[in-house]
Amino acid sequence: MSTVPGIVAVNTFREAVRDRVLYNLIVFALLMIGASVLVGEISIGISRLVIINLGLSAISIFGLVMAVFIGVGLVYKEMEKRTLYSLLAKPVRRWEFLVGKFGGLVLTLSVNTFFMALGLGAALYYVSREFLRADVAIVVAIYFILLELALVTALALFFSCFSSPMLSTLYTLGIYVAGFFSSDIREIGLVTHSPAIETSARVISYLLPNFRNFNVIAAASHGEAIPFSLIWQNTAYAALYVALVLIGASAIFSGRNLK
Amino acid sequence: MSAPAIEIEGLTKDYAVGFWRPRMRRSLDHLTLQVEDGEVFGFLGPNGAGKTTTLKVLMSIIFPTSGTARVRGKAIDDVSMHREIGYLPEQPYFYDYLTARELLDYYARLFGFAASERRERVTRFLERVGLGRAADVQLRKFSKGMLQRVGIAQAILHDPQVIFLDEPMSGLDPVGRREVRDIIHDLKREGRTIFFSTHILSDAEMLCDRVGVLVGGKLQGVGAPREIVSMEVYAMEILFETPEGRPLPSSLAKNATRVGGRYRAEVPEDQLYPVLDELRRCEARILSVIPLRPTLEDYFFKLVAGDKSASPQLVEVGTR
Repeated sequence: MSTVPGIVAVNTFREAVRDRVLYNLIVFALLMIGASVLVGEISIGISRLVIINLGLSAISIFGLVMAVFIGVGLVYKEMEKRTLYSLLAKPVRRWEFLVGKFGGLVLTLSVNTFFMALGLGAALYYVSREFLRADVAIVVAIYFILLELALVTALALFFSCFSSPMLSTLYTLGIYVAGFFSSDIREIGLVTHSPAIETSARVISYLLPNFRNFNVIAAASHGEAIPFSLIWQNTAYAALYVALVLIGASAIFSGRNLK
Repeated sequence: MSAPAIEIEGLTKDYAVGFWRPRMRRSLDHLTLQVEDGEVFGFLGPNGAGKTTTLKVLMSIIFPTSGTARVRGKAIDDVSMHREIGYLPEQPYFYDYLTARELLDYYARLFGFAASERRERVTRFLERVGLGRAADVQLRKFSKGMLQRVGIAQAILHDPQVIFLDEPMSGLDPVGRREVRDIIHDLKREGRTIFFSTHILSDAEMLCDRVGVLVGGKLQGVGAPREIVSMEVYAMEILFETPEGRPLPSSLAKNATRVGGRYRAEVPEDQLYPVLDELRRCEARILSVIPLRPTLEDYFFKLVAGDKSASPQLVEVGTR
């Protein structure tokens, strides 16, 4: 297997670190410390639920903002600054560059998420002085957030292969929001009683990434077990979707005349 | 006989211009060219002539509308071709969050060099371009000239056989230009093929085995600088002194100019001996007689001016 994507990924990670992207962890840490202190004051008996909910939601939102805003600039910045010229003169295929950029951002998001998860764990221990067996669901929820972020990164990268960062941001966020309502879109099709609309709605709902399946924050905060079947289904779904989006992105980018 | 290092056959590139009603604009027009192994080839042309477009097509940064190109027998869309070439883009820009050493190490990794070899190569090539002391400085603190040197280092880091340099002297001071010329001379001595675009004609004259002049996307002429510039003597330059108070000969009264106590005159070649006889008669001291030939610069400007007034034609002005 070619090692080029790995080399590009490590450099992309280094860029994020040097551009102080991980500074968002400070904001997250302050949020967790503040929440822990406040929760102790106001919520008797539900402090764990509040901290888990808040922590997981913050991990998801911080990650989403990073995935979208860095993702849409991954390729565009290299084209705009012409750093890509020297790189493509090396034995690097365009798809290898794209996969490397994707891998680099996912690595950045994973490191970021890991440290935020540690922060959440510390806050949780501070408010309840114990970890429960059911807290495994928190780890699963964080894993699902990472899968979701990988999907969002792939979409951002896909759009940035043919549009400006601003449009790519709009498209990615649009797909993200629509992806949360993909099952509702299917339901709307059913109530219209029009075969054409029903078929169209079904096709659209299947094309959109189903982000709702990745959200188990409520279950994790209530200590509910997450079925193993959902873990492998979500893993397979995310892997397949990411692969298809990256293949599409590579096909577009490989035929594109750079500025 | 070995295959040419670079073979370009009918390379054409059209761009769509305009958003609502796009029209095609031709920036490269059926370029056909061969560069032999070990040759230093200068690609000349005014701004917008298509020099950078040609290099971008050869690097697969953009794709040709039609035509083909091969480097060392490999098609330009074959990624393995990139192992044998080096490329310095015009006004290069690199990852400015990296140091010069980190950048070269990153590129060396892409060629699969082991860690110890990478360390040795990176240090050696940074020294070669005069950046040994700035190796661990972030590129965002580099001047334009220093970036150009980093660009040259990354282009030759993996010992490529064919090196493409887009305006390699751009942004360099006279010392830097001299150093780059020395590097190009060294690379030639090592048997590398160098294809470089430039608008600095004196550099091309000094460095190139052959030059090609591109105007309006069309190749207007190819040949050795010596062949181009020695085609014809258009005048003879005479430098002379006359005895104190002695008037100038009548044939030179109008076209001789006084330069620092001496006279300089340009006369047609067939008038040289009659003029020299006249100078002898008035006891002038002849200091030098030099045939004046067109320079590469004259040739270049003639072609560029010609393109504005008439439809350009391919002119083969010489062979290697």
